[in-house]
Amino acid sequence: MCGICGSLSLDAGAADPGLLRRMIGTIRHRGPDATGVYTDGAVGLGHARLSIIDVAGGSQPMQIADGPLWITFNGEIFNYIELREELIRKGHRFATRSDTEVILHLYQEEGERCVERLNGQWAFAIWDANRRKLFLSRDRLGVRPLFYTRTADRFLFASEIKALLACPGVDCALDLEALDQIFTFWVTLPPRTAFRNIQQLPPGHSLVVEDGRIRVSAYWRLDFTPEEPAEGSAERLGAELLELLRDATRIRLRSDVPVGAYLSGGLDSTVVTALAREAAGDRLRTFSVSFDEAEFDESAYQREASAFLGTQHSDVRCSHEEIAEVFPDVVWHAEQPVLRTAPAPLFLLSRLVRESGFKVVLSGEGADEMFGGYDIFKEAKIRRFWGRSPESAWRPLLLKRLYPYMNGIQRQPAAYLQRFFHVRAEDLENPFFSHLPRWELTSKLKMLLSDEARAETGAYAALRESLPDSFGAWAPFHQAEYLETAHLLPGYILSSQGDRVAMAHSVEGRYPFLDHRVVEFAAKLPPRLKMKVLDQKHLLKHAARGLIPESIRRRHKQPYRAPDGQSFLGTPGGYAEEMLSPGRIRRDGIFDSKAVSALVRKFRTGRETSTKDNMALVGVLSTEILMDRFVHRRPSGQISEEDQFAAHGMRR
Amino acid sequence: MQTTPISQQVRAFVVENYLFGRDEGLGDEDSFLEAGVIDSTGVLELVAFLEERFGVKVANDELITDNLDSIQKVTAYLQSKLEAAPVMQERSR
Repeated sequence: MCGICGSLSLDAGAADPGLLRRMIGTIRHRGPDATGVYTDGAVGLGHARLSIIDVAGGSQPMQIADGPLWITFNGEIFNYIELREELIRKGHRFATRSDTEVILHLYQEEGERCVERLNGQWAFAIWDANRRKLFLSRDRLGVRPLFYTRTADRFLFASEIKALLACPGVDCALDLEALDQIFTFWVTLPPRTAFRNIQQLPPGHSLVVEDGRIRVSAYWRLDFTPEEPAEGSAERLGAELLELLRDATRIRLRSDVPVGAYLSGGLDSTVVTALAREAAGDRLRTFSVSFDEAEFDESAYQREASAFLGTQHSDVRCSHEEIAEVFPDVVWHAEQPVLRTAPAPLFLLSRLVRESGFKVVLSGEGADEMFGGYDIFKEAKIRRFWGRSPESAWRPLLLKRLYPYMNGIQRQPAAYLQRFFHVRAEDLENPFFSHLPRWELTSKLKMLLSDEARAETGAYAALRESLPDSFGAWAPFHQAEYLETAHLLPGYILSSQGDRVAMAHSVEGRYPFLDHRVVEFAAKLPPRLKMKVLDQKHLLKHAARGLIPESIRRRHKQPYRAPDGQSFLGTPGGYAEEMLSPGRIRRDGIFDSKAVSALVRKFRTGRETSTKDNMALVGVLSTEILMDRFVHRRPSGQISEEDQFAAHGMRR
Repeated sequence: MQTTPISQQVRAFVVENYLFGRDEGLGDEDSFLEAGVIDSTGVLELVAFLEERFGVKVANDELITDNLDSIQKVTAYLQSKLEAAPVMQERSR
């Protein structure tokens, strides 16, 4: 796991090694073990390495043996052993045991389509010196980040936005349309990012720069079109799923350094830990987050899972103060406004992992999206059921049962519930039916935007345009899964709560549920096997019998949440007060200072605050931190004396 | 002592509490539901405000849109409650 960057001159100029070093300097946290820069005429590649596979031989940027191909690569190719054997049979000769070199040879053999053969999580760039062609690729589900921009004379790319903003000529302004999208969907729609001049390569896409032109194309798409016959007994499909997961976990244990696991106390991470334990054999190290507040804390289940599976367990207990303390650093790493503090405890968790001597952890992400785990799917099913009989007195009660922890919903009259949950006839026809309550609630945050910043309002139209052609023909359950998996998963779960906070402490996450074989299998499952009546993750639970403690297999899903607004305004004099002060809000011009002051007053009075209020506070604060750290104080990428760069200064 | 009319107090609460202090052109007769004013905590923040500020008790069967869905409806409902229980006085502002 690493950080990558690079530049390609679009005029006659040469690559600037100093610029590449500055870029790498901004993302050293991703790869503290070594750095390397390669320049050859117009092109320059940079790399910060976290050594995991072939620790001795895997230095980067890497060249194919005396050949014209160079690569800078962030990620892991889990099936590299099988691919390597296949390539050796075809006559390829390898100089290292690394997965990096396998990509180079596979590219040499199969060209751009080589990515279709990879099982893994990656962002890489290959420079083909013969064809003067730069080829970039990002993994199918968007586990690893890859951003790019174009200046007057250069194409630039990097693992993180801060590396691009350290380059002269790159505009660091925030994008108002991106804010409009984040204050609707919680994420931007790729290729958009929070920064006006920076794009991200969408998951499952490749990019080519050749003859001064940039071409972006998809090599993989999430497809829920049912295959005939999609039938099979739960017994058979459950067994098939377990075998797939077993293999997905097995190959994700490939590493020359020890692998640990996150253990949240829920079904998914416990299944992954159980399978890792089965494959690895010896005692496994597990890590988790716990909270003082019972409403967020799952430590009893974590201890139970750890005892059952015989792991050596450590946890980090998160207080309001710690969440507030690390939040500015979390935003620095996330590089986008966030509406929840939930990434902060995961930032503290990766610190614990690193301090415990681990660089790699397995984790359960992806199961909720692809196996019907989120409450939003259950909620949509109940809402649709209610919508078919809107006068029913008892159908809305199911919604109240779904959210026992939300006091506001319990006493809510039916007419209000009906409106809040969007169960009117016209809502049922909406392609975004499943997500309307969340998105419409989040959209209320736009009331905080200043008049100037509120001009952009095309979020739904942009999303509609991005939908696959077949979306309309899919089952509503699958449509909901698509919206979660295509957008919230890469844009927030795998980034702000995933790669970015883990890599902040040089920790790599690996996700067996996001093995594309598992994802493709799950996409073809009929909804009734994912949610039988209202039983979430029905097939996965079925498959997990005997593998994990029954209490965890049967427990009601607890959404991962952390204390939000109250973390910041509990004690006067903290940085949040300054960040949210009318003077600063007015200076930055994004929010309305009176509206922000009203929000702050509401928290100060100690009155009950709503989900919307909490999202608003965290959203405004994170946006202001972003302004402070990226716009007013531009990333510089200053290199300290002790940073050692391995120079492959090959000029031909 | 001059007292602020009930409707103005309700408006001030709704604007401050649900609209982040931005009036957004909300009319006295505009439906809270139609205008998307009410969020997930719903009318319960409003109910807590009415009970605390005016000393009334809102019963579960009174949690209906006829009573609570606009500034005008809330005002009328409150007035009828206060008339029915004259001993209860406005507590504070």
